[in-house]
Amino acid sequence: MTAPEEPVRRWRGTAGFAAVFSAVAVLALVAAPLLLEPFRLGLLAKYLCYAIVALGIGLAWGQGGMLTLGQGVFFGLGGYAMGMYLKLNDAGGDLPDFMVWSGVEELPALWKPFANPVFAPAMVVVLPVAVALLLGTLVFRQRVRGAYFAILTQALAAALVILLVGQQGLTGGTNGLTNFFGFFGHDVAADETQRGLYLLVAAVLGALYLGARQLVRSRFGRLLLAVRDGEDRVRFLGYDPAVVKTLTFAVSAGMAGIAGALFVPVVGIISPALLGVVPSLELVVAVAVGGRFELAGAVLGAVVMGYARTYFSEELPDAWLYLQGALFVLVMTLAPKGLAGLAAGLVRRREARA
Amino acid sequence: MVFALAVTALAACAGQPAADEASSGSSDTIKVGILHSLSGTMAISEVTVKDAELLAIDEINAAGGVLGKKLRPVVEDGASDWPTFAEKATKLIAQDRVAAVFGGWTSASRKAMLPVFEKRKALLWYPVQYEGLESSPYIFYTGATTNQQIVPALDYLKEQGEKKLFLVGSDYVFPRTANKIIKAYAAANGMEILGEEYTPLGHTEYGTLVNKIAEAKPDAVFNTLNGDSNVAFFKQLKSAGIGADQIPAMSVSVAEEEVKAIGPDNIAGHLVAWNYYQTTETPENEKFVAAFKAKYGADKVTSDPMEAGYNAVYLWAEAVEKAGTTDVEAVKKAAAGVGLDRPEGKVTIDGDNQHVYKTARIGVIQPDGQIKEVWNSGEPIKPDPYLKTYSWAGGLV
Repeated sequence: MTAPEEPVRRWRGTAGFAAVFSAVAVLALVAAPLLLEPFRLGLLAKYLCYAIVALGIGLAWGQGGMLTLGQGVFFGLGGYAMGMYLKLNDAGGDLPDFMVWSGVEELPALWKPFANPVFAPAMVVVLPVAVALLLGTLVFRQRVRGAYFAILTQALAAALVILLVGQQGLTGGTNGLTNFFGFFGHDVAADETQRGLYLLVAAVLGALYLGARQLVRSRFGRLLLAVRDGEDRVRFLGYDPAVVKTLTFAVSAGMAGIAGALFVPVVGIISPALLGVVPSLELVVAVAVGGRFELAGAVLGAVVMGYARTYFSEELPDAWLYLQGALFVLVMTLAPKGLAGLAAGLVRRREARA
Repeated sequence: MVFALAVTALAACAGQPAADEASSGSSDTIKVGILHSLSGTMAISEVTVKDAELLAIDEINAAGGVLGKKLRPVVEDGASDWPTFAEKATKLIAQDRVAAVFGGWTSASRKAMLPVFEKRKALLWYPVQYEGLESSPYIFYTGATTNQQIVPALDYLKEQGEKKLFLVGSDYVFPRTANKIIKAYAAANGMEILGEEYTPLGHTEYGTLVNKIAEAKPDAVFNTLNGDSNVAFFKQLKSAGIGADQIPAMSVSVAEEEVKAIGPDNIAGHLVAWNYYQTTETPENEKFVAAFKAKYGADKVTSDPMEAGYNAVYLWAEAVEKAGTTDVEAVKKAAAGVGLDRPEGKVTIDGDNQHVYKTARIGVIQPDGQIKEVWNSGEPIKPDPYLKTYSWAGGLV
């Protein structure tokens, strides 16, 4: 079966935007370590971690129409897997600090395998993907979609937070895991380590972005778009939309897991506050602001919203939330397709004039 | 396209606002950081501490400043979010180069900030009573540790013959650690624990829990609930017909500000344990309450964490004067033994663990929302965050 012919004209504007975006982004990311002081570079690395999650949301929501309000779950699974490894590595055979003051006397069985430097990083991807595959299989087969799927993912995020907070001896409770010293043999607080981590995050984001773009352009990607726009028609054509959606959801979960794992050494903490309903929603908002129909838009949105949060809260600590909200409302009113939609529109208009 | 360029460039350059501004060592000002939650669930409590700290800075500046320089506060919002506390602490230290930071409320926010201050060798002054079992070389603790609040509260209950306790707390590190200490104390002092229940932060449905208390019939409830939950808990306790005269509750996280929110009618007669009340009778407190009301409004109340934050600024300023510099190591050294007459009475910094000597006070909540002191420890108690001097606490750490 041949894929439907690409509507060339409609695509040119967005392709132009993606090319310009990639060029500017690569330049900016390479120049950043030279221009920014270590603290600001660390913040940029944090935004880029969020951008990796946003990329996954762009894939699942923008391309696949699955509004996932619980990416924090996968971010958290990746983050805790990495956090547990770092904690055990720091403790060097002793109990991690929070277990001591929580009254735990022996390392819980759940923690033991996470001391392994191969197992733990593998779990960063395996755990979120496994959960997403399981959830997707259960949910998409039953043709749960739209608002019901969104509520379900949100409930999952809320449930995970309650679980983590309640098991203080096992998870560090509300405090989460913090006070890390080493990262695979490097001092995690040192400026060089942080610069290296920034480059690692930027490289991972770049690689995942290219991978996601290939995926979207492939036949699978067209099928995904078709599922988004007319799931029943795709089913009548003989494809199984549940499989397409489950696989895409799992890919987006894997991305969130990787982002969580990178976030831990960059920021130095993983706690339930980072993966509940609110942070999960904030990332969806960022993707909406950036433009959910473009992978580049999702990435841009996460960086813009991350930066706006830092900037507003530093300039106006008493009122920054209002500004952050106003930015969202403004972008959504003026550009319903987000910043990327706006930019693509401009490119198209210029080309039309030429 | 131009727009995309502009946005990307803006985002990537993550600008350096104020990067070139003078550091803490500028000629006529000293920068200090104030880092509390100004948004989110903790804002209602933390904003009052921020106000008290800013009042102290104003007063010190009006009296000539520190080392002849004016203090300039840099205020940041921790947003009730622990990673944000760590981020803003880094910003205050690395970019603003503040001489000290005053901030935090929840233990989680302190635990998140601790590595930042230790790795960057900067000073945090933490103003809230907490669960102990910590003494970071880069944190000064001006609120009570357990032997200055929880242990005296237990002593008081024991003295009153309240032998059967029911423990109620929010589900996080302070209540869980506090209850561990309470259970050890009870075991050694012939007291009985009839129940131990935790609810998530922000929980407001206490029907089941109140029923459990009614069934267990304890002599008293030991309450470590935090924030909004107290409002729901005390209202539902009252509507179940359990009054303070039948089963009094001893609270360690309910101060004047929270009493206002709960409604004095709902909580009058119940007990609290702190080191300071708005009604504490010292000349310094008269001045503090008057100055606070003059600056922020006549309807404002003062509370223990506010007073501890207010004290923190004064104690730091005194240590800086003594050291003759804002250099962190010099200030730490000079701080040992610094003592001041504060609204709660004499406070002195313990050089070993960087906590302060504080007077413990048990109070009864009055129908007008104020708290009347019914017992105090007579003299400031030496801070003992690891409870090393209490034989019954041997197995705790």
